[in-house]
Amino acid sequence: MKHLSRRHLLLGGAAAGVGLPVLHRTVPHAGVHGDLAIAASTNGSKHGTGGHGGGVAGPAFKSGGVVDHKANGFNPTDLLRDFDMGKTRRLASGRTLREWDIVAIDKEIEIAPGVKYPAWTFNGRVPGPTLRCNEGDLLRVRFVNGSTHPHTMHFHGFHPAEMDGVPGVGAGVIEPGKSTTYEFDADPFGLHLYHCHVGPLAEHIARGMYGAFIIDPKQGRPEADELMMMMNGFNTTFDAEGNQVYAVNTVAFHYVNEPIKVKRGELVRIYLVNILEYDPINSLHTHGMFFDYYPTGTRLQPNELTDVVMLGQGQRGICEMRFKFPGEFMFHAHKSEFADLGWMAFFEVS
Amino acid sequence: MSVEIEAPPTVEKPASPSGLPTWMLGLIPLALIAVAMLALLTVGGDTLGERNGPPIEDIAVERTVLRPGEIDLTVRNAGADSVQIAQVFVNDQYVDFTADSERVGRLGSQKLTLDYPWQDGSPLLVSLLLSSGAVVEHEIAIAIETPVADGGFYGLMALLGIYVGVIPVMLGMLFLPFLGRVRERWLQIFMAATIGLLGFLAVDAYLEGTEIAAQGSGAFGGAGLLFIGAAVAYLGLVAVDRHLRARGERAKAAGAGGFELSLLIAIGIGLHNLGEGLAIGSAYAIGELALGAFLVFGFALHNTTEGVAIVAPLSGRKRPSFARLALLGLIAGAPAILGAFIGASAYNPELVALLIGFGIGAIAQVIVQLVPTIRDQAGRALHPASVGGILGGVAILYATGLLISG
Repeated sequence: MKHLSRRHLLLGGAAAGVGLPVLHRTVPHAGVHGDLAIAASTNGSKHGTGGHGGGVAGPAFKSGGVVDHKANGFNPTDLLRDFDMGKTRRLASGRTLREWDIVAIDKEIEIAPGVKYPAWTFNGRVPGPTLRCNEGDLLRVRFVNGSTHPHTMHFHGFHPAEMDGVPGVGAGVIEPGKSTTYEFDADPFGLHLYHCHVGPLAEHIARGMYGAFIIDPKQGRPEADELMMMMNGFNTTFDAEGNQVYAVNTVAFHYVNEPIKVKRGELVRIYLVNILEYDPINSLHTHGMFFDYYPTGTRLQPNELTDVVMLGQGQRGICEMRFKFPGEFMFHAHKSEFADLGWMAFFEVS
Repeated sequence: MSVEIEAPPTVEKPASPSGLPTWMLGLIPLALIAVAMLALLTVGGDTLGERNGPPIEDIAVERTVLRPGEIDLTVRNAGADSVQIAQVFVNDQYVDFTADSERVGRLGSQKLTLDYPWQDGSPLLVSLLLSSGAVVEHEIAIAIETPVADGGFYGLMALLGIYVGVIPVMLGMLFLPFLGRVRERWLQIFMAATIGLLGFLAVDAYLEGTEIAAQGSGAFGGAGLLFIGAAVAYLGLVAVDRHLRARGERAKAAGAGGFELSLLIAIGIGLHNLGEGLAIGSAYAIGELALGAFLVFGFALHNTTEGVAIVAPLSGRKRPSFARLALLGLIAGAPAILGAFIGASAYNPELVALLIGFGIGAIAQVIVQLVPTIRDQAGRALHPASVGGILGGVAILYATGLLISG
């Protein structure tokens, strides 16, 4: 019995000629995490390489395979702490004007070792840049569509109707080669997101056109090691029936190979966004510790101390935690299927 | 009046105007074709521009071997381009695996070894994620450990082949003395029943063959191999038959015609039983065959009718020696043993389709051979008695077939 799901490949070459702003640091690939490989091998795995899983030790990719982050142009390890504050200028009124340049680019990215995906991106990366500002700022987002497909930028937050970034309202659909500027206030504070809103909506989102949008409260939040995690997935067959690859920050099992390094006792704040298309829910479960959960980050009081949160598409929240013990702690979707298909990760607490 | 008779036109080939020898005239176009093909291969493709749309990957799993904690797959690429199996997930879980090559070339195959703790008796869905993102799914209906092909295993397969092939056919041949006593009219009915029986087997083999061929990659022709196999066997047996006849006419040996017909029937049934053995062996290997007394009983009853078919042309003639009869029985029955070996150890759907095609062609040839033996005085092949016989043959196989499928 065989069934071949074919996708309709639309390779974009339109990135040529469009300047790609480099909005993140380029850090060399840290390599396969050796300690975990040993940890995994004591757990019954026959395989040392890849650093995880295999057989009864759990899900794993083919031994020895690595994603070429350089070709992708981004490394998920860097995306965690890569907050784009934009260019700021103080206006006569005393307010801060914060500006970003965002370009839509069609780009093939490697989402799992050896698996290529023809993505549509903001600034050549998936997720797009994490736009961060302060409550009350005047925001100005200049959007250039360098893709071969029409796109928009739709922000979650308070804004006038014409700044909503949907077809037929305001600037409406931005055709290839065209541009527009979205301008609105940073309101309300919290953890939000932005994404393309052109139809077919599911495909425009699934292709990678989304990013986190953080508005810090006026009074700020306590000093912490801050991490942005975008829970996403890829329907590589383009049949709109679930996903073949699940991940946090695009590359499946990336934080298994390169665990996220955090310090014991230090406050860790996770900006957690679920953008997963085609599946109704997603979730986060942390091992060996609990966290304070702030749904949408719009209140400064946590509403729960938990170790599992469940999110629908577009839902997001802030998780604050302090690790009590050193060592390697797994975290993953508590939808085991997603975890087994790529949404599995580790913290390395020192 | 004198008529001038023109000389008849010369039958000699006209001399080549260029004076070139014949072999040269053959070689020149051949060389030109080679040059043109080479040019097409190297530069011709560029004149057509780029392909329209992405490459269509077409790979299929040809063989599955299950070992504790491990799944071995042999995949074949039936598509036009080479394919890379980047990752594999089983029942929605990515698994570590090793492959014996980086990519699978056109018509090439690749062996994958998956590290997955599968559970006995559970269904498995293996998804091969290609580098392009396309997914090829392979279903394992029930996971069961693949038997190791050791001495004991081959012994079991041989026993199975003897039970379902050799013994029943030989038992059926015991009807020879009875057939020798019955009247001409009844003999015709028995021959007609043989035709019905063989026709049933041919249709059954065709249906089974198309089903098996569909499991393969289709890289080497898929169900088309049934027809190739059938044509090869049919034409091959016609050639053998003509050869035997020519010899027979020279020798004019009395009764030789009957034995030759029996031999052809035995060969046809033998090829059919090869296919039957393949089906049994492969079903056993993938755990789909419940071995038991009932199955052996069903096959035995089913195949005794084949023995009757073999000896029917021998009735009323000089009885061949026991050694010759035993040889006929072995030719018809023993291929089931070989089939079981192949089916259980080197199962390839397209090879099996080809072999089943042989059986179909052989049966068709035998039916053509048998038709003259059922003609009545008026020369009609279809008359009430023969029709009754044909339908009777079909009914017997249908009824005994129910025992096996049940």
